[in-house]
Amino acid sequence: MSAESTDVRDRYWQKTRNLTILVLILWAFFALIIPTLITVLNTVTFLGFPLGYYMIAQGSLIAFVLLIWFQNWRQDAIDDEFGFGDEG
Amino acid sequence: MALIQGRFIDNIGRVYGLYTGGFIAFIILMAILEQLGVSADAIGIMFVAFTIAIYALIGWLSRTMEVDAYYVAGRQVPALYNGMATAADWMSGASFVALAGGVYFGGYGYMAFIIGWTGGYVLVNSLMAPYLRKFGCYTVPDFIGTRYGGNLARLCAVIVLVVASFTYVTAQINATGTIAARALHIPFSWGVWFGLAGILVCSMLGGMRAVTWTQVAQYIVLIIAYLVPVIWMSNVQGFGIIPHFTYGEAAANMAQFEAQYGLNPPAEAIPGLSVLTTPHTGPVGDYAQWKFVTLALCMMAGTASLPHILMRYFTTPSVRSARKSVGWSLLFIFLLYFTAPALATLTKLQLLDPSLPTAIIGKPFEEVASLAWIQNWSSVGFLAIADQNGDGILQLNEFFMRPDIVVLATPEIAGLPYVISGLVAAGGMAAAMSTADGLLLAIANALSHDLYYKMIDPKADTSVRLIVARVLLLGIGALGALIASLQLTGILGAVAWAFCFAASGLFFPLVLGVWWKRANREGAIAGMVAGFVAGSAYLYYVYTGGTPWLGLDHLRFGIIGMATSLVAMVVVTLMTPAPDEEIQRMVDETRVPVGPPILAPKH
Repeated sequence: MSAESTDVRDRYWQKTRNLTILVLILWAFFALIIPTLITVLNTVTFLGFPLGYYMIAQGSLIAFVLLIWFQNWRQDAIDDEFGFGDEG
Repeated sequence: MALIQGRFIDNIGRVYGLYTGGFIAFIILMAILEQLGVSADAIGIMFVAFTIAIYALIGWLSRTMEVDAYYVAGRQVPALYNGMATAADWMSGASFVALAGGVYFGGYGYMAFIIGWTGGYVLVNSLMAPYLRKFGCYTVPDFIGTRYGGNLARLCAVIVLVVASFTYVTAQINATGTIAARALHIPFSWGVWFGLAGILVCSMLGGMRAVTWTQVAQYIVLIIAYLVPVIWMSNVQGFGIIPHFTYGEAAANMAQFEAQYGLNPPAEAIPGLSVLTTPHTGPVGDYAQWKFVTLALCMMAGTASLPHILMRYFTTPSVRSARKSVGWSLLFIFLLYFTAPALATLTKLQLLDPSLPTAIIGKPFEEVASLAWIQNWSSVGFLAIADQNGDGILQLNEFFMRPDIVVLATPEIAGLPYVISGLVAAGGMAAAMSTADGLLLAIANALSHDLYYKMIDPKADTSVRLIVARVLLLGIGALGALIASLQLTGILGAVAWAFCFAASGLFFPLVLGVWWKRANREGAIAGMVAGFVAGSAYLYYVYTGGTPWLGLDHLRFGIIGMATSLVAMVVVTLMTPAPDEEIQRMVDETRVPVGPPILAPKH
């Protein structure tokens, strides 16, 4: 493995890691922080729901789906940028 | 066979489109037969028999004697279909039958399962699936054994996998037995063996390839069976065309009904049945939020460590399609999981809201006792009403129900035709069978590939390997059915335990195998052993009457296991030498999506 390709891989991995950390922070917010705020959030009404209940019944779930699709979109872009797109 | 397989892959959309159309036509035919006076029992039998016959046909058509077709479906499953198969693999009898009932009775506290069983996929996608796909392994212990090196690490992973998956699979065989017994009017102990026969037909001949294509078919059945009754009920009862977005007011008004009727424990409890004592939307009791988060965390880490899920992502053609299929998986799972709270809320509203004709709470006792659905479910002991305060009015704490009948009884409460109940039975059967298939295959593959082929007889040729794999599948299935027929645990307890076992033993060794290059064999073995032993010991302590520490009860022992696993793995790794250069290069290769897999395509 040449020094240059090692460098490319390091930069690729750094970007991948940063994206993963961002995704995990957002994940922790929706999965772990939101449910603990239930009492406060329930005082707010959203679409007729108490907001805290809405989040654990629907809101966070939607956030998880979007989060995965967002990550894949960004990760594909990183892969392509470094010529690591493996399609084909 | 390869040619047919190729053609099938090209025509896959049309094949499943026809199949879905055929299934809908079958439902309509059943509805017509019901109108013509065919008995409810006959319709129930036809629903279960017809769907199982289809799965068996798919299983037979997918038979194979190729190693990579048997273990990883030839690695050519398109992302969308792998997403469907994963969703069916994932949503067990417990999700299908018990989830809505859990929300009905458990409220906020129970919804940790909903968050846990969806949020876990973010971990699967960001930490595991793409890298394991790149690795090119056949099984999860295959990754552990190759990444860390050595048979001891591989063996530890096999043991954790078998314990976690076996705990889970007995619950699924139990569920297939329950549904088969009810739909076909046979004793439960026969139902269990009947269910097992159906499961094995789907997996024995074609391994992962057969399981994949039956799971896609099972997903289609189960999602139709879950959504149709809810949407139909909502339209009949005037809750909106798509109830998911319009039940907010019902959820908000629940507190008012709870205050009106009072959430009191019953004067005299009835074993096995519950009355509603938990508020619908808010937390209750000490540590409620802490308990929510710890349970959700156990379920999420377990999701990312359970081998029957991870191995689904070994079947896609590329790393990118593995990621894409995680996205599809969660979308398909989401469809059911965001319906369950809607179903729970609307069912509760129908029973509680005095302005609705279906309400029973606060009505004269005699009037409720004469309702057909009350009589049907009371006669099998799944429901009971008792006028314990003698006022002649049914109070909220005088209405007893088994939580897992909410999904099954809702069509009857809302007065829908029986064809819907038959559909729900077929859906529950599909959910339990698909999960059992995936789990049995995960266990049998780990034993045949990792224990037999990699450790006992590395020179075994292909046909011997595949025969061993099938014999193990049969044996483990039979053992699971035997234990299920003894009915040792309730469905949900066993499911949560499986997640905790997997998270305790496998989560950190898997994650750190990719994300920490320094992680070495000694550390991984320490992590697996210490996590698994600590988790199991804590489970034993709590389950035999020990006082839970910080509210961590037997559903949450994974927290103890994971914490121990992480500490043990990091400490032991740092005390022992770093892995050699070859392993480090292997980790580097795992992290990039291009290039050949670490393990040869046919190993």
